Amino acid sequence: MNKMQKALRELAEMDELAARTSPVHALHPAAKLLATIAYILVTLSFDKYDLSGLVPMVLWPILLFQISGIEVRSCFYKLRIVLPLVMAVGLFNPFFDRAVVLRVGSLAVSGGVVSMVTLMLKGLFSLMASFLLMATTPIDSLCAALRKLRVPKMLVTLLLLTYRYVGVMTEELAVMTEAYHLRAPGQKGIHISAWGSFLGQLLLRSMDRAQELYSSMLLRGYHQHFHYVDVKPFRSRDALYLGCCVMAFLLLRYVPVAQLLGGAFVR
Amino acid sequence: MIEFQHVSFAYEKDRPVLRDLSFRIERGEAVGLIGANGAGKSTVMKLMLGLLQGEGRILVDGTEVRRETLGEVRKKLGFVLQNSDNQMFMPTVYEDMIFAPLNYMVSREETDARVDAVLERLHLEYLKHRHNHRISGGEKRMAAIATILAMEPEAILMDEPTSALDPYNRRLVINIIRELEQTRLITSHDLDMILDTCGRVILLSEGRIAADGPAEEILRDRELLEKHRMELPLSLMGR
Ligand SMILES: Nc1ncnc2c1ncn2[C@@H]1O[C@H](COP(=O)(O)OP(=O)(O)OP(=O)(O)O)[C@@H](O)[C@H]1O
Ligand SMILES: [Mg+2]
Repeated sequence: MNKMQKALRELAEMDELAARTSPVHALHPAAKLLATIAYILVTLSFDKYDLSGLVPMVLWPILLFQISGIEVRSCFYKLRIVLPLVMAVGLFNPFFDRAVVLRVGSLAVSGGVVSMVTLMLKGLFSLMASFLLMATTPIDSLCAALRKLRVPKMLVTLLLLTYRYVGVMTEELAVMTEAYHLRAPGQKGIHISAWGSFLGQLLLRSMDRAQELYSSMLLRGYHQHFHYVDVKPFRSRDALYLGCCVMAFLLLRYVPVAQLLGGAFVR
Repeated sequence: MIEFQHVSFAYEKDRPVLRDLSFRIERGEAVGLIGANGAGKSTVMKLMLGLLQGEGRILVDGTEVRRETLGEVRKKLGFVLQNSDNQMFMPTVYEDMIFAPLNYMVSREETDARVDAVLERLHLEYLKHRHNHRISGGEKRMAAIATILAMEPEAILMDEPTSALDPYNRRLVINIIRELEQTRLITSHDLDMILDTCGRVILLSEGRIAADGPAEEILRDRELLEKHRMELPLSLMGR
């Protein structure tokens, strides 16, 4: 099995994770979606030097991992391709922002380092939250929920198709790399001279397949309604969950939890 | 039930794929559409479903296939794609099977009953909750056929239904096709299967109808078949 086929397997496993049962899986998709959005917004709103305020935000994803039974390991494993990209965002801060903001013993920590770590954590936390949403909610339910929230049909269909398109593309990529390696044995990766035609082929082939897949949806009556998804009513426990989440986020945002805890120990 | 009137089609200008095609398929008929690779068999089906637009008129159950009538026409036609990977887009077989009926507002109870009946008929109960990513090519083909049967369309179009199937499943599918009361249009290079399932055969060649008549007659005509890059069905060889 080559790397691509593995990536494909993992993507397919997203569906399987979402098909499990747990208290988190049972929640209404809209409640989960809104809670995730709230979490990401609050996370991003922290000041770039407010590292101690940001760190406790990790509690929510950890709690969700625990309750949903999704392995933290699988999250990092699946995200290993995107994670470095997100983390790289803050990499240059230490060079631009050299003012010392913190002293740990004789070690001076510059503002750049703090803001770099803050940015990385923001990216990491947001990714984990999105992963948890996808791992506990089937894509079609999520789309049905979005429609319930009156998100325009076009956007919802676009989201649905993008998700499927990514699947088709990884599959095509797997097939093509395999075909390539069978004819270029012993070669590591794909030779740079073949990149152009390889990418072009990949796009064309996956576009063709995506087109056929979409036709297949249309032929079986898809008309941007989600009758085929069993959308449960929004119950009080869903509202409770959403309410608690938002309250908790605001609490973490405006009450300096880390300092209070730290204070309790130091005193 | 299905009628083509002087239909022509080209994917690219100056390279016609179908030229002035006319034929008529009656309700309940089983027709085999045969022809060499690239003869235009899949294209005929796609035109019928309104996935492609050509010149001329196509009527499905008296309704002309046009942009405005697509919904109505497609509800009547169930299409088994040549490539099942593109047909099965939901996570599990079951979810794929309920997709069409629920979209067409069939109740959940009725849908579930249909699904179970079809799976039993195809001996596929074990596939019901399997993930589409984790079943074999042949199993996926069987599941795709099940998906269309659960839709209960008035006519069934199958593009190469038996490719990728082992002899047991092939025989199963042949028997199912024979039992169906719906109008059936089937393309295949498996001429033995066509002989077993279809009373009538349309032979396509270079975008035209080269022959149209009883399957027994056309599939026995070695000269005709060889002229159009095909061979006698194995069961008729040496007779
Ligand atoms: N998307 C496309 N763009 C351009 N040409 C196409 C396209 N699809 C098919 N063709 C061409 O149209 C012709 C008919 O194709 P079609 O798929 O209908 O053949 P077919 O009879 O189904 O063949 P097969 O037995 O291989 O499935 C072929 O010559 C093919 O090259
Ligand atoms: Mg074809």
